[in-house]
Amino acid sequence: MKIMTCPINGERPISEFYYWGAIKTPPNPDTCSDEEWSDYVFNKNGAPGVKKEFWCHSPSNTWFVAERDTLTDTILTTYLYQGGAK
Amino acid sequence: MRIAPQASEIINRDKSVTFTFEGKKYNGFEGDTITSALLANGVKILGRSFKYHRPRSVSSFANHDMNVIVDDVSGQYFIPNIRADVTKVKDGMKLKAVNTFGGVEKDKASILGRFSKFLPVGFYYKAFHTKALFPMWEKMFRTMTGLGNVDFKTPKIKTSKDYGFCDCLVVGAGVSGLSAALAAAENGLDVVLIDENPQIGGSINYTNIPNDLIERAKAANIRIFTDCYAAGYYADNWVALVHKTHMTKMRAKTLIVASGAFEQPPVFRNNDLPNIMLAGAFLRLLKLYSVKTINDAVFLVANDYGYEAAKTAIDYGINIKAIVDLRSGDELPLLNDFIAKNIPIYSGSCIYEAESGKDKNVIGVKIHEFNDGLAGALKAEIACDGVVMATGFAPALNLLYQANTKMRFDDARSQFIPDVLPNSVFSCGKLNGNYTYETRAIDGEIAGINAVNFVKNSKIKLPKSLPETQKPNHPWAIVEHEKGKTFVDFDEDLQLKDFKNAVQEGFDNIELLKRYTTNGMGPSQGKHSNMNGLRVLARLTNKTPFEVGTTTARPFYHPVPMKHLGGRGFSPNRVTPLHSRHGDLNAIFMLAGNWQRPEYYARVGVTRQNAINAEVMAVHENVGIIDVGTLGKLEVIGPDAAEFLERVYISKYKGLKTGMARYGVACDETGVVVDDGIIARLAEDHFYFTTTTSGAATIYRELSRLNMIWGLDCGIVNHTGSFGAINLAGPNSKKILGKFTDLDLDDFPFMGYREAFVAGVKCRIIRAGFVGELGYEIHAPALEVHKVWDAFINDGATPFGVEAQRVLRLQKGHIIIGQDTDGLSTPYNAGVDWAVRMDKPFFIGQRSLKIINSKPQKQVLAGFVLPKDYEGAPPQECHLIIHEGEIAGRITSITKSPKLGQIIGLCHIKPELAQIGHEIKIRFSDGTFVAANIAQTPFYDPENLNQKGVA
Repeated sequence: MKIMTCPINGERPISEFYYWGAIKTPPNPDTCSDEEWSDYVFNKNGAPGVKKEFWCHSPSNTWFVAERDTLTDTILTTYLYQGGAK
Repeated sequence: MRIAPQASEIINRDKSVTFTFEGKKYNGFEGDTITSALLANGVKILGRSFKYHRPRSVSSFANHDMNVIVDDVSGQYFIPNIRADVTKVKDGMKLKAVNTFGGVEKDKASILGRFSKFLPVGFYYKAFHTKALFPMWEKMFRTMTGLGNVDFKTPKIKTSKDYGFCDCLVVGAGVSGLSAALAAAENGLDVVLIDENPQIGGSINYTNIPNDLIERAKAANIRIFTDCYAAGYYADNWVALVHKTHMTKMRAKTLIVASGAFEQPPVFRNNDLPNIMLAGAFLRLLKLYSVKTINDAVFLVANDYGYEAAKTAIDYGINIKAIVDLRSGDELPLLNDFIAKNIPIYSGSCIYEAESGKDKNVIGVKIHEFNDGLAGALKAEIACDGVVMATGFAPALNLLYQANTKMRFDDARSQFIPDVLPNSVFSCGKLNGNYTYETRAIDGEIAGINAVNFVKNSKIKLPKSLPETQKPNHPWAIVEHEKGKTFVDFDEDLQLKDFKNAVQEGFDNIELLKRYTTNGMGPSQGKHSNMNGLRVLARLTNKTPFEVGTTTARPFYHPVPMKHLGGRGFSPNRVTPLHSRHGDLNAIFMLAGNWQRPEYYARVGVTRQNAINAEVMAVHENVGIIDVGTLGKLEVIGPDAAEFLERVYISKYKGLKTGMARYGVACDETGVVVDDGIIARLAEDHFYFTTTTSGAATIYRELSRLNMIWGLDCGIVNHTGSFGAINLAGPNSKKILGKFTDLDLDDFPFMGYREAFVAGVKCRIIRAGFVGELGYEIHAPALEVHKVWDAFINDGATPFGVEAQRVLRLQKGHIIIGQDTDGLSTPYNAGVDWAVRMDKPFFIGQRSLKIINSKPQKQVLAGFVLPKDYEGAPPQECHLIIHEGEIAGRITSITKSPKLGQIIGLCHIKPELAQIGHEIKIRFSDGTFVAANIAQTPFYDPENLNQKGVA
């Protein structure tokens, strides 16, 4: 089992973590077209590479950002969310 | 036979053990393995091969060949597939060779050897394609194939798992593993050293290496596990260590793999006869068990190790009839010792074939010239009673492959060597191509110090590595014979010609070849056959071994008993603070999400259905009480609390008055309904709200994430565990509540919120109507909620369970998220469109709902009823609604209402079929139909007069 580093609790087995998904910035809902919105909601980029994702350390309910290379299956870095998306 | 006691032996001659094999009684000593004890008794045939049932005896004596497998039938439950090579013999064992027809001596199925022509490679694929004949083949092969028998009466044995941690895990306690462990431990690492053998030391125990590594390791601060193998490598150095009795899940900061190498059998005709064995087997039998099975030996060698073994044979008085060396000229070592003893040495030669005598044992070999991988003219025929083979090894790279190590093929040493290792994994010893004592020891030390530098981030200088001079692995110890029986894989009885045929038939890729021939797919998983298979394929396809590559190595490296893998199920349940009260009231529990909830309360002499009906009627006619402590209970506090809720839920909350509550539905970004609950305003900046039972944990988690992103000035508190909750419902609920509180219940409107003492406990009360009667949802601290519960129960309130609640809410047409909704349900087709407020700046799902609402609905949620006089079996949830032969919808909820006296339900259905009164056809599982009619919801009290307390 992999080890993941929670920015608050340190290294823990990955079974303690909840994966949310890649962080995406939504288009402006007031101005975007239906197609743009649908693309944002439904299309996920599954191509291997470095992904920026939301993860949560479940026992402590700590949300943070993980950067992960899905090609090499390595967790590059984890840090607390500093703002960005809406 | 057993020779005089040796200093190196590991048997206890003071303790004799008696056992039977194939019905005959034998004696051995404590410490003997089954194989060594049988060989000491002069038993010649210890097993039969898998396909042709050829007589077999010891080959590697190292756990990894399949010649000798036995069942122990002595106990209450017999134990199948014991590896006799390594399993210690015990007093009273009753052993039987596996996979024989009529015993190991005279296996009737050995006739199959003569039919080998009719069992070509890929036989299964060729034979099984006729569908009509399949049952015949299946029956035959179920009988013919397989090894030991599984005793289905064997009870389930629960085995505990051990979780281990260390700085450095060293796999393999031979010369390099011991050196690595010592270097790591002496520099302060917490080291675990494991070995699959009962003793550490590896080849030190049976060769003439003079060194003190074993004693030093035992004296050092090293945790040593013997009889333990590393079965699998998982991410971040999580290694499954399998002991005799259990498994340790070891998390290591660094991993040093020093797993050595498997001796590889040379291939020639009849290379599988009893008493043709690998040098390691020969040496271990002699040195560790004092068992000698050969008097007149022929040695087939291609490395120094073979000559070392020959020297040992001379020491033990074994007559060496010939040494056959595949190499010639410069490649040969100094042979003066052997020449002086008049031992004939055939260099540049091979064994072309071995012959067997009446007792099936080898009685002689034919020695031919060997040039460029091909046998030439006959040189000599030599009588012997045993052949010892040492032509090469294949490194045990299994664990390193699992760890994603990139390998390279070293042509000089003719083996794969780790090229790029993961940064916390190191290899040493034979894996790195080192075979002499000095190179292995230094290589181990380097690995140990590398591990130290990794863990401590230090820069200890590495010792200088020594160049390896030995070339122990012959690149082609394979001799073809026109008559075949040239075995490459002993597990599966695969011959050289099988590989040729497979390649000819187009299976010329290593993965395809493996599956088509089944090479390496037997119990030893190719430990003695993959390398030769790879070499054969390389030669047949004119590729280098590196180009051919290896098959994918996956866990497990070695078979793991199922009992070590199966464990206790770990699915924890949650219980509410009132759980013991329900038990006292004879509740029958069910699982809702991961909560244990009372399904109903059993009554003596009353059926389940009648008990549920009685609970329903108690709510309608008097007063009922249900534990709703499983609801998620959250609080949001802060100036932006109302803004937060408006973004999460589809309705509006900024205008909600303090002391009032409102229903809430939450969607996800696609507009699909994910949760619902009641939201109460405690103060301008303070809300208390519930989530569904199943959503209790996930909604809190998701709201926390949203709050983090939005950065609103509010905080969320999860009270799910710290609060209990009960719902008091029925026409008399107001009366009974009034007895235990000073709260002015006349000034408590429908969907109002109050804080008050009930039965002496400070409670939060919402006047809600989920079950359709006048009711109060009372939340109280978990440690005190039982006081409230007890007060009502003692005053005559009837406890009701989840089943009765389902009936009650269905009468009202109230949906249950996840039951009446699915992954495509939006507020518009889940009957809660009235709650959507599109005139807010933003809520989750709003933009998607805007799109969805502009398009026609494909499905809507509708109520339906069956005729009152319908007396057949009721349809079930998920039964389909069929319209003109097509699926038009499905039932999501259905029940018989005791109050209304008829079957009612909710369904997803095409909108054009959802007009009130429309007849629908519901199909049962058996294909029959029943008619129902779409009906208005709520089915009961459509004006909601009861729950509002107007009636």
